[in-house]
Amino acid sequence: MKISFNVNGKSTSVDAAPDTPLLWVLRDNLGMTGTKFGCGKALCGACTVHLNGQAVRSCQTPVGSVSGQKVTTIEGLGGNHKVQKAWIALDVPQCGYCQPGQMMSASALLASNKNPSDEDIDAFMSGNICRCGTYPRIRAAIKQAAKMA
Amino acid sequence: MENMIKNETRRDFLKVSGTVAGGLALGFYLPGRHNVAVAAETTSSPNAWVKIAPDNTVTIMVARSEMGQDVYTSMPILVAEELEVDLSKVKVEFAPPAEVYINALLGGQLTGGSTSVRDAWEKLRKAGASARMMLVTAAANDWNVDASQCKASNGTVTGPGGKKATYGQLAAKAAAVEVPKDVPLKPSSQFKIVGNSKQRRLDTEAKVKGTAQFGIDTRVPGMLYAAVAMSPIIGGKVASFDDSRAKAMPGVKAVVQYSRGVAVVADSYWQAKKAKDLLQIQWDGGPNANNDSKSIWEGIRAASEQPGAVFRESGNVESGMGQAAKKVESTYQLPFLSHSPMEPMNTTADVRADKAIIITPTQFQQLIPHVVGGATGLKPEQVEVHTTFLGGGFGRRVEVDYAIDAAEISKAVGAPVKMVWSREDDMTHDSYRPASLMKLGAGLDASGKPVAMRFHSTSPSISARLFPSIVKDGIDPFAVEGIDNYPYDTPNIKLTYQMHDAGVTPGYWRGVSHNLNAVALECFVDELANAAGKDPIQYRIDMLDMGSTKHQWSGLSAGVPVGTRMKRVLEEVRAKSGWGKKLPEGRGMGVAVMEGYNTVIAMVAEVSVSSSYDVVVEKVTAVVDAGTLVHPDQALAQMQSTINFGQSACMWGEITIKNGGVEQTNFDMYRVARMNENPKVLDIHFIKSDSTPGGLGEPGTAVIQPAIGNAIFAASGKRCRTLPFSPENIKGSA
Repeated sequence: MKISFNVNGKSTSVDAAPDTPLLWVLRDNLGMTGTKFGCGKALCGACTVHLNGQAVRSCQTPVGSVSGQKVTTIEGLGGNHKVQKAWIALDVPQCGYCQPGQMMSASALLASNKNPSDEDIDAFMSGNICRCGTYPRIRAAIKQAAKMA
Repeated sequence: MENMIKNETRRDFLKVSGTVAGGLALGFYLPGRHNVAVAAETTSSPNAWVKIAPDNTVTIMVARSEMGQDVYTSMPILVAEELEVDLSKVKVEFAPPAEVYINALLGGQLTGGSTSVRDAWEKLRKAGASARMMLVTAAANDWNVDASQCKASNGTVTGPGGKKATYGQLAAKAAAVEVPKDVPLKPSSQFKIVGNSKQRRLDTEAKVKGTAQFGIDTRVPGMLYAAVAMSPIIGGKVASFDDSRAKAMPGVKAVVQYSRGVAVVADSYWQAKKAKDLLQIQWDGGPNANNDSKSIWEGIRAASEQPGAVFRESGNVESGMGQAAKKVESTYQLPFLSHSPMEPMNTTADVRADKAIIITPTQFQQLIPHVVGGATGLKPEQVEVHTTFLGGGFGRRVEVDYAIDAAEISKAVGAPVKMVWSREDDMTHDSYRPASLMKLGAGLDASGKPVAMRFHSTSPSISARLFPSIVKDGIDPFAVEGIDNYPYDTPNIKLTYQMHDAGVTPGYWRGVSHNLNAVALECFVDELANAAGKDPIQYRIDMLDMGSTKHQWSGLSAGVPVGTRMKRVLEEVRAKSGWGKKLPEGRGMGVAVMEGYNTVIAMVAEVSVSSSYDVVVEKVTAVVDAGTLVHPDQALAQMQSTINFGQSACMWGEITIKNGGVEQTNFDMYRVARMNENPKVLDIHFIKSDSTPGGLGEPGTAVIQPAIGNAIFAASGKRCRTLPFSPENIKGSA
């Protein structure tokens, strides 16, 4: 069935079963592969996107539930978002696979908390697994991004 | 060296043998050698690592797989240093399988064993220098001057009288110049890129923008998607299946049985996955059907009663033990572990009658033409392999099982297919870090110094499965790493290994057996220090073998004298960690030291242990002697990475077996470190050195584990010898 929603500022319409996770609609139907599949159970955060500005796990978000709403993916972060600038400045990624999800979580954190403490970062970011162990750099990059205008 | 590859039998694919000086060689003879695919029409190639286009675009080929460890940058650094080009302007491409790209330390085009930089260190600088010399010669010939009057810098050759030509202008002529035989290299004092702490990664921007192409991101025209059902019992096979409900689902194009399961092929992944869940499959579990963790450990314990094969012996351990003033005996038990990289296994395969294209995140591209050829009836030279970025590897992607599966499925449906595993598929069909039982015994003299040391390990052999011909006289060189280089000066030692098949597929896992043997040894040495009433750091320093520690089974360790290097990192870690300072109740520090991959590391972990035995890693101090650091900031990243990976393993990692299959299916059951659990402070120091580089992708994983175990003892008085260091295991220990 046809489902319409807004992705990265553009109205989009897809033909998919409404129970299809938003993750697979983004990746397969729309060809936007920046959003990653990691666990399929909202345990790892690799698939994090913004739904109306809030961080959600797209693997557990049926596309039917986002009808008429605003979705932002890593492609929509724009490349010059302060989180991306900080990530580049500190060479955060190693394998890089979890990083779109990490940055979507981090940007949502900073949108609601301009100056997060270590505890705030722990609480907000602990849903995003990185097997390469980039955590010290993610923490430092969030703090650096927080200082940018 | 006798080498042979066997691709008729599908999974039992390799027979390799031979050791070469300085390392272990997994050598291959490849029937139907591939030509290097660098002579494209629009570029010129002085050699297999460099392509230069007329517009002066320089492309550097990377023949190792980028899985986070930075080969995408560290390899080009080595070429660019001598080629004299601006690294920020070069393009990077992953190399196809070709003989020229073989890793001399492993004997195959294979990424593993922390060998990439070690293998490339001279080779790639020479490749860069050789190309530069050919460009200069081409310019000199053009200008009719002597090459010594010309200079290469920043992608341009300049000559007398203001003559100037870009590499792009010279490339075609340079490719025809004779390859120089004598290629002098810069002294380290002239390095501009190697060792530059400001150098950034070349793949960061793509990874930050979400444009980096991982295997799972592959899209080709006409591509279908496959979801698979594989036996829940390790080694089980399909007995029968009913696909009537699956076939009726929307988007489903085909249901196909392949060697180890049933695949649903559909227009999208989610359609394939939903239909796959409706398959009714009867499995033939085979010999492992009744396997469980209890019976596996009973089997390992029973096997450990065998004497095993001696891989290192000196003096007479029995008489040494007989004369000892004090004896200490301990048994360490370490579990199976999963790799669980963040990108689940996947491959895109397009198998046609006369050709196959395989696009895959692999650590072992060289093997794929052979195994895919064997599985599809094609010749290896008909199989084209493209390596993508890898969303983590950790040794899992040395295996080529998932490429074979995708090729079989594509062949069956006659279309390009992207096969994607679920996390559950990935975790339950891994090759697992082997479980191991290690029995250690030591005799101490009246001063507390060991005069006898016995080490006996029992574990499944990875190499017996993958590379059987390197297993000789019952010894798998990869099973004795981290103890074959026993670094202490003990007059009577006997080190033995007992191979035991536990019915669980064993695999190479970041650091391999260093994570077993060095963990047990370094915890045990701590026990000895405690028994002797000595400080654990000084005790180690006093017992180091300061002479040669060359040994027969050096494996991928360099087997070089390490006593001096170990003493230095121990002394520095003592100074940097605040060792010996007064700590609050429930806190403790533990130390460990190891040589692996020609890198020497000492670590001090500081932990808190609660009254219910919950452990928090407060701080880790590491001192690392890894020789020359080609890319210092990423050397640091690899230490941050290995500490995290080893911490996850030793604190929570455990794969258990029930009814012949793996019980853990996802990250809710297989716990790994998260942001809030990473050590609060990581203080990592590198010894300044201009020695040849050591490996950094693996050794830290093994050193952090005993450091944490020993810190738990210091904090709680509990010596936990069964891993992981869970509250239950700590509570249950003496």
